[in-house]
Amino acid sequence: MPLVVAIVFLVIISVLLHLFSPWWLTPIASNWSTIDDTIHITFWVTGFVFIAVNLFMAYAIYKFRYNKDRRSRYEPENKKLEAWLTGFTGVGVIAMLAPGLFVWASFVMVPKGADEVEVIGQQWQWSYRYPGADGVFGTVDTAFIAPENLFGMNPEDPNGQDDVLVESQEMHLPVDRPVKVLLRSKDVLHDYSVPQFRVKMDMVPGSVTYLWLTPTKIGSYEILCEELCGIGHHVMRGRVVVDSQVDFNTWLAAQVTYADTLVQVAGNPQIGQSQYVLCSACHGANGEGNIVLNAPKLAGQESWYLKRQLNYYKQGIRGTHTDDLFGQQMAPMAATLADDAAINNVVAYIQTLPNDPAPVTIQGNVANGQALFNPTCGICHNRNGQGVWAVNAPALSGFSDWYLVRQLQNYKSGVRGAHPQDKFGFQMTSMVNGLKDDEAITDVVAYINSLR
Amino acid sequence: MAYVPIADQDHALHDPQSFITKYIWSQDHKVIAIQYGTIAILVGLLALVLSGLMRLQLGYPDSFSFIAPSNYYQFITMHGMIMVIYLLTALFLGGFGNYLIPLQIGARDMVFPYLNMLSVWVYLLSVIILMASFFVPGGPTGAGWTLYPPQAISRGTPGADLGIIFMLVSLAVFIIAFTMGGLNYVTTVLQARTKGMTMMRMPLSVWGIFVATILGLFAFPALFVSAVMMTFDKLLGTSFFMPAMVSMGQPLGHSGGSPVLFQHLFWFFGHPEVYIVALPAFGLVSDILSTHARKNIFGYRMMVWAIIAIGGLSFIVWAHHMYVSGMNPYFGFFFAFTTLIIAIPTAIKVYNWVLTLWHGNIRLTVPMLFAIGFIFTFIHGGLTGLFLGNVTVDLPLSDTYFVVAHFHMVMGVSPILVLFAAIYHWFPKITGKMFNVALGKIHFWLTFIGAFAIYLPMHYLGFLGVPRRYYAMGNTEFMPDSAMALNAHITQVAIFVGIVQLIFIVNILWSLFKGKPAGSNPWGATSLEWQTPDTPPKHGNWGPQLPVVYRWAYEYSFPGAKDDFIPQNMPPEDVAMLDGAGKYKGHSE
Repeated sequence: MPLVVAIVFLVIISVLLHLFSPWWLTPIASNWSTIDDTIHITFWVTGFVFIAVNLFMAYAIYKFRYNKDRRSRYEPENKKLEAWLTGFTGVGVIAMLAPGLFVWASFVMVPKGADEVEVIGQQWQWSYRYPGADGVFGTVDTAFIAPENLFGMNPEDPNGQDDVLVESQEMHLPVDRPVKVLLRSKDVLHDYSVPQFRVKMDMVPGSVTYLWLTPTKIGSYEILCEELCGIGHHVMRGRVVVDSQVDFNTWLAAQVTYADTLVQVAGNPQIGQSQYVLCSACHGANGEGNIVLNAPKLAGQESWYLKRQLNYYKQGIRGTHTDDLFGQQMAPMAATLADDAAINNVVAYIQTLPNDPAPVTIQGNVANGQALFNPTCGICHNRNGQGVWAVNAPALSGFSDWYLVRQLQNYKSGVRGAHPQDKFGFQMTSMVNGLKDDEAITDVVAYINSLR
Repeated sequence: MAYVPIADQDHALHDPQSFITKYIWSQDHKVIAIQYGTIAILVGLLALVLSGLMRLQLGYPDSFSFIAPSNYYQFITMHGMIMVIYLLTALFLGGFGNYLIPLQIGARDMVFPYLNMLSVWVYLLSVIILMASFFVPGGPTGAGWTLYPPQAISRGTPGADLGIIFMLVSLAVFIIAFTMGGLNYVTTVLQARTKGMTMMRMPLSVWGIFVATILGLFAFPALFVSAVMMTFDKLLGTSFFMPAMVSMGQPLGHSGGSPVLFQHLFWFFGHPEVYIVALPAFGLVSDILSTHARKNIFGYRMMVWAIIAIGGLSFIVWAHHMYVSGMNPYFGFFFAFTTLIIAIPTAIKVYNWVLTLWHGNIRLTVPMLFAIGFIFTFIHGGLTGLFLGNVTVDLPLSDTYFVVAHFHMVMGVSPILVLFAAIYHWFPKITGKMFNVALGKIHFWLTFIGAFAIYLPMHYLGFLGVPRRYYAMGNTEFMPDSAMALNAHITQVAIFVGIVQLIFIVNILWSLFKGKPAGSNPWGATSLEWQTPDTPPKHGNWGPQLPVVYRWAYEYSFPGAKDDFIPQNMPPEDVAMLDGAGKYKGHSE
């Protein structure tokens, strides 16, 4: 008897949970409401079977409960009943499958005249490419990928010159226009998924996959990677902004083309030297850093990292948190660099400074630090702590150890990395979870010190 | 000359002489079954602990500093692989296959006892290699149980250097063990059935195990070759699965390989694997339901053909795991069609189980509770499979918690409920002792309700779009706080249900030593294993004379018969009838 009650109870709970679930399909923002329709059809068919079969079973358990004076009915088979049940199941299957296949056919066949955009996945970030004025993508090859050619553009291909390259977490799409999203990966499998769009597809290195949709609602939606791609899988987040056509055009016009990236002038260290005078007040004439003034060592850090941080300070992505006192000091300093050229110049000058290891100020359990460093930090920052440009991980070893400690604390407390535009800082806030307390942090930094 | 089954020939009976040959290097199928079962359960407990750890991280993402992202991905990978291969496959086929096949078909042993012994020791070796991967530099692989390249063997994935190699080698060794065992099971079923035991008189347990083993013999080679090829890609720099790619900014030397090719091979194994686990479960649960409902299994022939049909179809549905893998999307039409077709024989099995209860005389014993619990969770898990099998519906749900909830309900909870049912059902035969019924019932209720409470709401996280295999959700916009709270609740229940399994372990160990003697046929069952002269059955199973079979395995509540069951080996003239019922003339299929 308890079993009968339990089965009926579980059926009722299942139905109630379904009817009153606070968790249901995230509001749709694309043309794929037909997918939702097939889900609903499937729910009706399977829901009916679930309720009917279980209640029938509960009734049977109740009605035919054990009684020592009664005998079971001896009934090896009942061909008619079995044929009916088979036919009935077949009808249910067709009712679910037929609409599903029709919708799939419309998913497979991209409408003529759809716009094209390319999404590129790599460990653990997104970037995007638009075909430019000619409407044709230039060819790409992994062999061309380098720090100055992140997209692997073929420099010989004239079609590629006007390709718009978006090296940011954010892509834009115009509303109400069908778009074919071409999907490409530089390294491992990824998956382009936006729950509000309903459709998703894996990105496979060595081939180009696709999906298509028509965004129907202006808004901003999160892009999630949904194919396991390594330890940063869960922080591989992007954003798709659906704009009006006008806003989209404005946004697109502001992006750089491949041709633009080719003509970018290298920074001029001579000019940068004069701008560095201001920096040297705290960071030292040789960029060696100064613990008393809370200024970390700069010399030897890679250009792309210094440029990004200066830009972050300028744009308020860093140095605006109320508890980030030292960052707040830095922000106005960065603001004195008027434009990208100024940043390029000062960074170019820093590259000329001698890279001597910063003094050791942090002691800790090196063995414990190693155990913490290798499986997590070491994957992006490299086992030798020299950093990996491809995953936007700066060099650590030989830099100011007290500064590393403070930054790890900041990531843990949310002082750094919490800004919505700080996509790599966001990744760090998750990765520091393995560092239990300040002792673990000093251990890791002590190990980083041992790598120099 | 009269036909003498191999196992019945005098020279084939190697009676064990010493403790070592009796319990360690034993060639007796029953001892080997227990060895298989013990190893599988022990390694399964480890996988259970791993799932608890991963649930801790999911429910309380910022609280456990010993679970770094790399640890989390290692936990999910090892949990999945151990549960699917080293627990479920090994326990159903190596454990129950070994124990039941010879006993249920009336044989003295497997036809190749020495090979059988090798099988279990090679299986143990594969487990040892797998365990060793926890201790190599970098730890075990964290590539997910599907081990998809390129990430399984490239930077950014835990254990991409040594852990993955240990995993691949362990799988290859496991497959060798399985092949030794599997050839044995198939040959034994085909060659060693006793007189009168036609194929269509075999208990459904044997049918399920038999067809599952055939599936395994065809499917595991695909995994074997992919393990070998991935090992070559990693160690020798070949490019079976590795395209030209840039790993962490460094171009790798590979070119021309196809990651999708691996997925085809993996799922060509992986989908039949679902049925390698499910078909034995179907078989065992059929026998348990019939016995405790005191009624013949309904539609026996249909049940057999359904097992065969499901087994056959399971080889042409594999790419439904790959609808969003980037394979040619036109495949979706074919695989959605075949996948939903397979629902029909599966549904027939469910109907027939329920119809077996109809007009039965249902004893809610502990094994019966678990068996009925299985029907409930299997209906649920089977129906959600219709969502994922339908290619269009799979688009939003693929790679979300809906998938996790679905396959745990259908391939985790359901077969494990059957395993518990089967262990409780055959425990009296295996040990000669009866288990503690009260503990068994507590174990059932907490496990059954608890498991449903874990997985039912999880489906709705999937509808929301919450992706699986995420170390932490962070501030995901479309996830309301209530969904995060739900994750914490699921974790609490999961930890509770995990701890509840100790009741089972305690019950088994306690009953093993202190249980009451069970007698030879406590359930009043018809199949041959309950008719052995000794309980537990001795080496050779049947004493001097092999049993002779006169009927199918489901002669329950035959009209007019005195007892409500007639053993398969009872001669028709010995069947006691009620007064006035006339002579016994039974089902002769």
